[in-house]
Amino acid sequence: MKNETLHKVISSEYKLGFETIVNSETFPPGLSGDVIKAISSKKDEPKWLLDYRLKAYKKWLQMTEPKWANLDYDTINYQDISYFSAPKKAPNSLDEIDPTILSTYEKLGIPLEEQKLLAGIAVDAVFDSVSVKTTFQDELEKLGIIFCSISEAAQKHPELLKKYLSYVVPSNDNFFACLNSAVFTDGSFVYIPKNVKCPMELSTYFRINALNTGQFERTLIIADEGSYVSYNEGCSAPMRDTSQLHAAVVELVALKDAQIKYSTIQNWYPGDENGKGGILNFVTKRGICKGDNSKISWTQVETGSLLTWKYPSCILKGDNSVGEFYSIALSSLAQQADTGTKMYHIGKNTKSTIVSKGISALKGRNAYRGLVRMAKSASNSRNYSQCDSLLIGNACSAYTFPHQEVRNKSSSVEHEATTSKISDEQLFFLNQRGISEENAISMIVNGFCKEVLQELPMEFAVEAKALLNLSLEGCVG
Amino acid sequence: MLNIKNLHVQINDKEILKGINLNIQPGEIHVLMGINGSGKSTLVKTISAHYDCVVNAGSIKYKDEDLLKLNPTQRANEGIFMSFQNPVEIPGINNMYFLKTALNEKRKHLQKKELNAASFLKLVKSKTSEFNMDDAVLKRNLNEGFSGGEKKRNELLQLLILEPKLLLLDEIDSGLDIDAIKTVATGINSLLDGKRSLLMITHYERMLELIKPNFVHILENGKIIKTGDYSLALKLGKTGFKDIGE
Repeated sequence: MKNETLHKVISSEYKLGFETIVNSETFPPGLSGDVIKAISSKKDEPKWLLDYRLKAYKKWLQMTEPKWANLDYDTINYQDISYFSAPKKAPNSLDEIDPTILSTYEKLGIPLEEQKLLAGIAVDAVFDSVSVKTTFQDELEKLGIIFCSISEAAQKHPELLKKYLSYVVPSNDNFFACLNSAVFTDGSFVYIPKNVKCPMELSTYFRINALNTGQFERTLIIADEGSYVSYNEGCSAPMRDTSQLHAAVVELVALKDAQIKYSTIQNWYPGDENGKGGILNFVTKRGICKGDNSKISWTQVETGSLLTWKYPSCILKGDNSVGEFYSIALSSLAQQADTGTKMYHIGKNTKSTIVSKGISALKGRNAYRGLVRMAKSASNSRNYSQCDSLLIGNACSAYTFPHQEVRNKSSSVEHEATTSKISDEQLFFLNQRGISEENAISMIVNGFCKEVLQELPMEFAVEAKALLNLSLEGCVG
Repeated sequence: MLNIKNLHVQINDKEILKGINLNIQPGEIHVLMGINGSGKSTLVKTISAHYDCVVNAGSIKYKDEDLLKLNPTQRANEGIFMSFQNPVEIPGINNMYFLKTALNEKRKHLQKKELNAASFLKLVKSKTSEFNMDDAVLKRNLNEGFSGGEKKRNELLQLLILEPKLLLLDEIDSGLDIDAIKTVATGINSLLDGKRSLLMITHYERMLELIKPNFVHILENGKIIKTGDYSLALKLGKTGFKDIGE
């Protein structure tokens, strides 16, 4: 019934004409075919891309928002959201930035120049970063590596984009991915040519405009045969955003002998202790190990957002391919996280590893949800899963929902799970040895997360540690 | 060093200590004896500010300052060390890292330079070899999966590294074999330089032979009912607690 109402609202004629929409800097709230046409026209997209969007939109109208996750939130009204906004007016100096954000930057030890960049201060104020950006763009170009925004790729590399967009995540894959396919604003596009090892960590951080991609981000990474790339998404600096709903899609394609390492630090605004104002983060991330001997590795540190709904997955199609998922999810305040992974073993001798660390504090709620599927064809395949939960305080909770399907006799699946609690007795012990409450908690949490932190690229790991400590500040006593 | 006056303490709405008076001078060794439930552990825990212990009345002065104003961490860094009857297991924290952090927190508090990993390692090795201790436990997580004896020896190692001013030892000898008791006693004696003070709970005569107390206090029902010297402990060993009360 609810869906019908939604359908009615959505299909009703949009009040403002198409031209009015296109001419405005920020679209008025609401979603319709016209709005999608307007987004596409703003970006000067080729017709096939507009058709792709409209097709997705049509499918989306027939879909229902999934409710199976272990998450509570108010119904989202999709007509209350504005689906396009021009980049906000850049502030002129750090003086115009919210002091609480600045103090967080300081605690995280982010240099001043980078603070300016993160705060979105007009780019000409940060010459250093710009020159960094251009020098490394030159180097990448020499190797034939494409690293640009999706919008740019639509103009300059349409054949690659057309071939691989929705290659892993069909536009009607799920409600949120479908919405993203219809209205995605921007995101990163990466192509690594055959036998090229990308010489540096690629990061959204350097692609300055990517910091402002808004709520419907779309990322596509293609690693051609024998290539390697490590991609870092996000950073530990707090991302305040006024929009509530975020629905991103990330697709990874690893061809024969290729490797993709994808690391994320997510620190969107978590809302207050009553869950007011936080980001609702619904993300679809999936990679395919298409060729033999390929490998995809997801590492994520999720500390932000009021709500996290995210299952970075691997389709292990090539023989001997490898999928990995390393995750730290921290839910404090009134945050809720329902996150995990899916490993689809299709090729022979495929291998997957899952290490999930969930931390709940205050009123936080954390769920691991995972699927391991060994197809009939996936002979001699192996999975190892380890899901550990850590509870801090008495009002938080942790859940584990593992799901395993094994359809052949030669494969093995292993699952280990633990739940532990930081007890008053442990804290007192450490206090009695002269270690303060905050240090004690951070020691226990860092120890708990060790196996995942060591999977992160060096600098990212340092950021992640600082972030974990910061996110747990004041969660006891 | 420590001056306790008319101390009343409750745990979970039940009054456990009912007016304790105790004075410990620098260099003195005091022993608390008494049947189970008489309040020995509660007294030691109250001095280190355990969260279970609620002080209803009385005062504790430490180095002439009001100790009750300080939180557990501050008390620790001011030189109060309590060994635990059952040291808690803390998975995820490497024992060596823990020790180093604890020592450096204390050094920071005393405005001394923090030790780096190399000089810390040297310090630990010198202690383990001096007291003939197995240093395999250093690589493991703090008390995780330790045997009873390993936990107690680990407490001793912390004691030796942190070098507190006031040692509160709650049955550091329980669950140890004769040889291990000797090691622990030697370690403790090495710290007793005439300036440090010791308040110890023990049920073992053997321990008292190795660490000779200046004062022996007998607790009953939350009060010190008798105080004597080493001979009181010897008498207790023969007659038990029954005949001591008055």
